[in-house]
Amino acid sequence: MAELKVENLTVSVDGKIIVEDVSFNVKGGEVLALMGPNGSGKTTLFMTIAGHPKYTIVKGRIILDNDDLTTLLPEERVMKGIMVAFQTPIAVPEVRLSTLITAMVNKMNGKKLTDPAPPSLVSSLVKSVQEVGLTTAHLSRGVNHGFSGGEMKRSEVLQLLMVKPKIALIDEPDSGLDVDGIFAVGKALLNLVNSGTGIVLTTHSARILHTLKPTRVLVLSKGRIIAEGGLELVEEIEKVGYENFLRVRSK
Amino acid sequence: MKQDLRSLVEEGLTPEEVLSRDAPIRRSIEIKGKITSEVIDEISRAKNEPDWMRRLRLRNLELFNKLPAPNWLPNWVLENINLEEYSTYAKPDINRASSWDDIPPEVRKYYESLNIPEIEARALMGLGAQLDSEMIYFNIRKQLEEKGVIVMPMEEAVQKYPDMVKQYFMKIFPPEHKFAALHGALWSGGVFVYVPPGVRIEAPIEAFFLISNAGEGQFEHTLLIADKNSYIHFIEGCSAPRFSKYSFHDGMVELYAHEGARIRFTTVQNWSKNVINFNNKRAIAERNAKVEWVEASIGSMASFVYPSTILKGEGAGTEITGITVANGRHIKENGAKVIHDAPNTYSKIVNKSISANGGTAVYKGVVYVRKGAKYVKSHVACDSLILDEKSKAYTIPHDQVFEDTAVVTHEAYTGRINEDKLFYLRSRGLSEEEAKSLIVLGFISDVTEGLPFEYAMVLNRVISLEFSKYGKVA
Repeated sequence: MAELKVENLTVSVDGKIIVEDVSFNVKGGEVLALMGPNGSGKTTLFMTIAGHPKYTIVKGRIILDNDDLTTLLPEERVMKGIMVAFQTPIAVPEVRLSTLITAMVNKMNGKKLTDPAPPSLVSSLVKSVQEVGLTTAHLSRGVNHGFSGGEMKRSEVLQLLMVKPKIALIDEPDSGLDVDGIFAVGKALLNLVNSGTGIVLTTHSARILHTLKPTRVLVLSKGRIIAEGGLELVEEIEKVGYENFLRVRSK
Repeated sequence: MKQDLRSLVEEGLTPEEVLSRDAPIRRSIEIKGKITSEVIDEISRAKNEPDWMRRLRLRNLELFNKLPAPNWLPNWVLENINLEEYSTYAKPDINRASSWDDIPPEVRKYYESLNIPEIEARALMGLGAQLDSEMIYFNIRKQLEEKGVIVMPMEEAVQKYPDMVKQYFMKIFPPEHKFAALHGALWSGGVFVYVPPGVRIEAPIEAFFLISNAGEGQFEHTLLIADKNSYIHFIEGCSAPRFSKYSFHDGMVELYAHEGARIRFTTVQNWSKNVINFNNKRAIAERNAKVEWVEASIGSMASFVYPSTILKGEGAGTEITGITVANGRHIKENGAKVIHDAPNTYSKIVNKSISANGGTAVYKGVVYVRKGAKYVKSHVACDSLILDEKSKAYTIPHDQVFEDTAVVTHEAYTGRINEDKLFYLRSRGLSEEEAKSLIVLGFISDVTEGLPFEYAMVLNRVISLEFSKYGKVA
């Protein structure tokens, strides 16, 4: 079973420490929820694990199974089995969504990027497109080009479904989605978990967690983990708000 | 010690590497030095030309000497066109053949490395291959002859169809600037095509031009006449290995589409990075005729190509599509010119440029609508993709509209590749190089998808190669 271990990670951006001494682990088939107020370092943590060059690792390690990913290039980390779904993905108008997905799957299978998609990929793509609530018309548009906030989220999840990474880091998959969208995306992610993928996700609402049922919840504040527990933490935050929650914890 | 080609090939070098050594392909005639009327006489004699063509050359020489250098050329380009150092005529010592078996293996290998014989067998109705100043290979499918289509090297047409040649040759593109006149004086090689009324040639005919040596000028002339309601797709491919000094290309293409005819003319230009490239291209379209130009400008040190169409008859139309790659410290001008000279004519110009590694891509275009040419429609779309901070793209459209009923529109888009865009694709498992090539191929895909499959493949491959080099350089 795959396992991602983040050990004592401290991250700086432009010389300023954003994440400090964070450790956690997640296994394949497990769901870990990462909560925390705006600016607490959740996205920084994900971008660092994904290998964005803007984020400097000051200390700590990122381990997937027996591989140390800490110094690998972003694309090498993906090939090892880590993939991120962005909170606000950037548009790439030049590349069609179908072209990108075909290239990703080809790369994973050691084929040439521009090889045509095999029929098996096409049929599973059509199925997954419906599962996340997009249409095949989205596939022939530029990646995230003119997509609504909700469509971007669905497209990010669609890409995860096609690649089936060992560990997926999903940044607010539910923001900007309507109720039906949250339900559809939650169900699709649950299928992904059941097929063996481990998920770390951030969210600001409990709704998607009702579907995904995380085994553990971490709360991040000012770059540090300040609480760890089960779903009861989510209920508490929902009830009293971050401000009160953090005040009580810091005592 | 000078080795011949064969022994170099036997040493295990690829033909491209061999030719890159300023290949000693033997010449039976080579003319160099100052361009005088004696030089013109010598070329004309070598071709055994009729006197009218010799006089046409001399008139052009006179104009060349009289005309000033074009003011649209940068000085550094003019400084590097030192004509006295170029061979102005180089006849390879190879007899023209209609079977690849009759081409010397060391030369054939080069064409094979570019898959040309294979594409010919699979997708073409005819192929002519020019090496330096002469056509060394020419083969046309029998069925074309049966339909009355004439396809032959330009020199042969001068001998066999003088009346037709006289009627069109440098009449569509007169010697109106210095280098057009130079072309008229020194032209050699190229293809003549005549398609009879109503004949449709479904598969393309290709001419492939190779410059094998450094310090050489190539001046081929291609003339296509499509008679009423006929159709032809002609493809032009250009290649040259890398040399130690500049070579110079000053070709000309003239197209005449008679009433209701349709001509597609596609160029895939991949000269090496020290060829200075002019190509003087112009078409005339009669009533309801259509002319489509595709100019894929990948290689060369500096290129100045502006495919032009004169819409002479009512209802005539043109589409001019440009793909420009300026990769490295090169200047690539790929423009378009449309003269709306009749009512209800329409034009569509699509230009896509990619600049990288300090390259400069320029679109220069003119749309002219004559007073009285009512209800003209014209649309120009220029998209630029700039791959790094050092590179540039310029879009210089110029409209001259003298008719109130004309609808002339423009759109422009500039895309950049920045760290965030690259990171997004890298977070999908693609390397930086792969990400760039996916963006570049995607950027031109709506244009390449309109090309015949074989050429879309060739173009995609050439461009991918271009940018895999780019990745390493960067």
